[in-house]
Amino acid sequence: MSTKELTIGFVGNPNCGKTTLFNAYTGANLKVANWPGVTVEKKEGAMRFHDDTYKLVDLPGTYSLTSYTMEETVTRQYILSDDVDVIVDVADASALERNLYLTLQLIELGKPIVLALNMMDIVQERGMEIDLHRLPEMLGIPCVPVSARRKTGLEILIHTVAHHKDKAQGEKIIHHHDLEESRHKDVEEHHKRYAMVYTDDVEDKIDEIAARMKEAYPEIGNLRWHAIKILENDQEVKKKYPLDFSDILDRDYEKEIINQKFGFIEEIIAECVVNRSRRMESTDRTDRLMTHPVLGLPVFLLIMAGVFFLTFTVGDWLKGYFEVALEWMTEAVTDGLVLAGAGEMLISLITDGIIAGVGGILTFLPNIFILFLALAFLEDSGYMARVAYVMDGIMGKIGLSGRAFLPMLLGFGCTVPAVMASRVLENRRDRMKTILITPFMSCSARLPVYVLFSELFFADKAMIAAFSMYVLGLATAILSAYVMKLADRQKNSNMLLIELPEYKTPNAHTIRVYVWEKVKDYLSKAGTTIFVASIVMWVIMNLGIHGFTTDMDQSFGAAIGKVLTPVFAPIGLGYWQIVLALISGVAAKEVVVSSCSVLFGIGNVTTGAGMGNLSALLESMGFGALNAYALMVFCLLYVPCMAAVATIKKETGSWKWTAAMAVFQILTAWTAAFLIFQIGSGIMR
Amino acid sequence: MKLYEGQKGSTLQVIHMDLPLQTERRLEVLGMLEGTRITVVNRKKRGAMIIKIRGTRFAVGENITEHIEVEEV
Repeated sequence: MSTKELTIGFVGNPNCGKTTLFNAYTGANLKVANWPGVTVEKKEGAMRFHDDTYKLVDLPGTYSLTSYTMEETVTRQYILSDDVDVIVDVADASALERNLYLTLQLIELGKPIVLALNMMDIVQERGMEIDLHRLPEMLGIPCVPVSARRKTGLEILIHTVAHHKDKAQGEKIIHHHDLEESRHKDVEEHHKRYAMVYTDDVEDKIDEIAARMKEAYPEIGNLRWHAIKILENDQEVKKKYPLDFSDILDRDYEKEIINQKFGFIEEIIAECVVNRSRRMESTDRTDRLMTHPVLGLPVFLLIMAGVFFLTFTVGDWLKGYFEVALEWMTEAVTDGLVLAGAGEMLISLITDGIIAGVGGILTFLPNIFILFLALAFLEDSGYMARVAYVMDGIMGKIGLSGRAFLPMLLGFGCTVPAVMASRVLENRRDRMKTILITPFMSCSARLPVYVLFSELFFADKAMIAAFSMYVLGLATAILSAYVMKLADRQKNSNMLLIELPEYKTPNAHTIRVYVWEKVKDYLSKAGTTIFVASIVMWVIMNLGIHGFTTDMDQSFGAAIGKVLTPVFAPIGLGYWQIVLALISGVAAKEVVVSSCSVLFGIGNVTTGAGMGNLSALLESMGFGALNAYALMVFCLLYVPCMAAVATIKKETGSWKWTAAMAVFQILTAWTAAFLIFQIGSGIMR
Repeated sequence: MKLYEGQKGSTLQVIHMDLPLQTERRLEVLGMLEGTRITVVNRKKRGAMIIKIRGTRFAVGENITEHIEVEEV
């Protein structure tokens, strides 16, 4: 019985079904982390086959092994390290021509490798055939047909991996090239040993470089691969082995090497794939509507409306039950603590601080769950990629990727899931930009604030006043994005270039794993930040210089409010109660309303009588309609609630960024309120 | 002619690409090389397109399609 653990690296193009295959082996039993130093996800799972344990690593989807993108670099470094024993190259067999480029690069790395021909069910559906005898002959590696969705061929694949783990160099390769064309002295030997043999001049260069490298670095294991990389002008390899090759490198060979690889791929396809032309055109038919130049947009908006409805209408309905449960729990815990003889302060900390804060996070769970269910569905069906194309023109004007529309729209519901939805964006730069502007979209928790103050001060124009907040928020988001675009001039990062996969019926297993992963992630990471933040907020609101207090105006918060009053005076909010209410609003925006009622000593502000009292009181303090509007604007734009901040921290992975965003948002809020209040006062005078 | 002028449904052959090196390399590893045949699946007014390269569909922005010289086959 062997107990050696074998590490298998899963590599493949995006959309090749690699993750589905990986999930089919590991189930939801995953360890998700980031690769050291970068925000690319690393997934690890384990499985047993016969008596052996296998560690499976899902590498980021990549088209090649150059080092242009983070995903490529991560994949390459990991494969080159000693950590991985066998590579499973997952290829979409129905799009073999594109997938084989990565395969050829992987073979050149010289590690044990098995090609998994995934999506064989689709290949059969389309009436295509792949010559499974000829393909391994030409590539020199085992090729195993599988279907991750149908779960066929999985055992054979692992079996092949187990048998192939020690074979770094492939089987004897059988080509039928026209060898007369080549006059290279090692031509016969080359074609026996390597799948990819280049033209004579390139092979000569490889030999020359390899010889020089061997002299200087005798420890290099795979000379041929390193030599090819030098020839391709690969910056990473050149930096690691800083030899002078300028006498050998008389011109740029990178393009030629790519060209010759595709030449060989065409040869393989011609020999191994039969019935290529008889493909199902269902994707083209669906795309005729989905990516239609005119209709594509309304279709997209309709789908988005559906996602929005599900997330917030259905989600909020479920959320109601969560809130009832939370209330019940608060009561039960309070009773329990009273029975146990706990002090008033401890009870307050646990119920008002921790349960209210952490529980508040739990009440978002239905929204998050439904949102990710919808996103998983869109992603797995293949539609999500189309969004980038459909929205590219519109979003491109403000320097954002087409997909950024999704988080921005969700922002109208709740900032927390909206920020999480920024994961659909392709690169980090776009993600950061989108996360920065998403909180400006007016979330539903801010509505009670608008309702209260617009009804108090704008009477029959209350609707317009409240609605203007949504427009203003959107305008601020667009303006911020536009300013960033102008500032970002030096790098034209927004080149739309994205694969549109075939449409397919979403896979239940894939969706389950996807949703579970996100929900777990949300609970664990946002939850811990929120736990700390809840305690901090509780301390500010419930402790004062005389210790614990139930009277808010004796708290540290009140003291802070009083200190900050002069800062808020220029924006018409120079009242310590208002400042304190705004601070308390960081816990959750709707708290601003309840804080106001407590601080101004008016019970039940939402009733007609309560409102009358509050407005009379405020007006006696010189707080009029303009002040109210400035307050609404400030509420709209300043830091989102701490649940959102915690999510931003989680998604950006950086406190520095999170803090910078908070500062930016406060400054924006202050500036906007300042302009409105000062200009408004000027006009009214 | 430039790629963005290509009509929906037409098959075109790439003659030359004049793009930043990194974008050009990204296209090349996807199999879009000088001499490669591509099909225009769908297009928008301003030049963003869905094209098929070696059997795979890609969405490309107008800032790419206007820098690719093609000819009709």
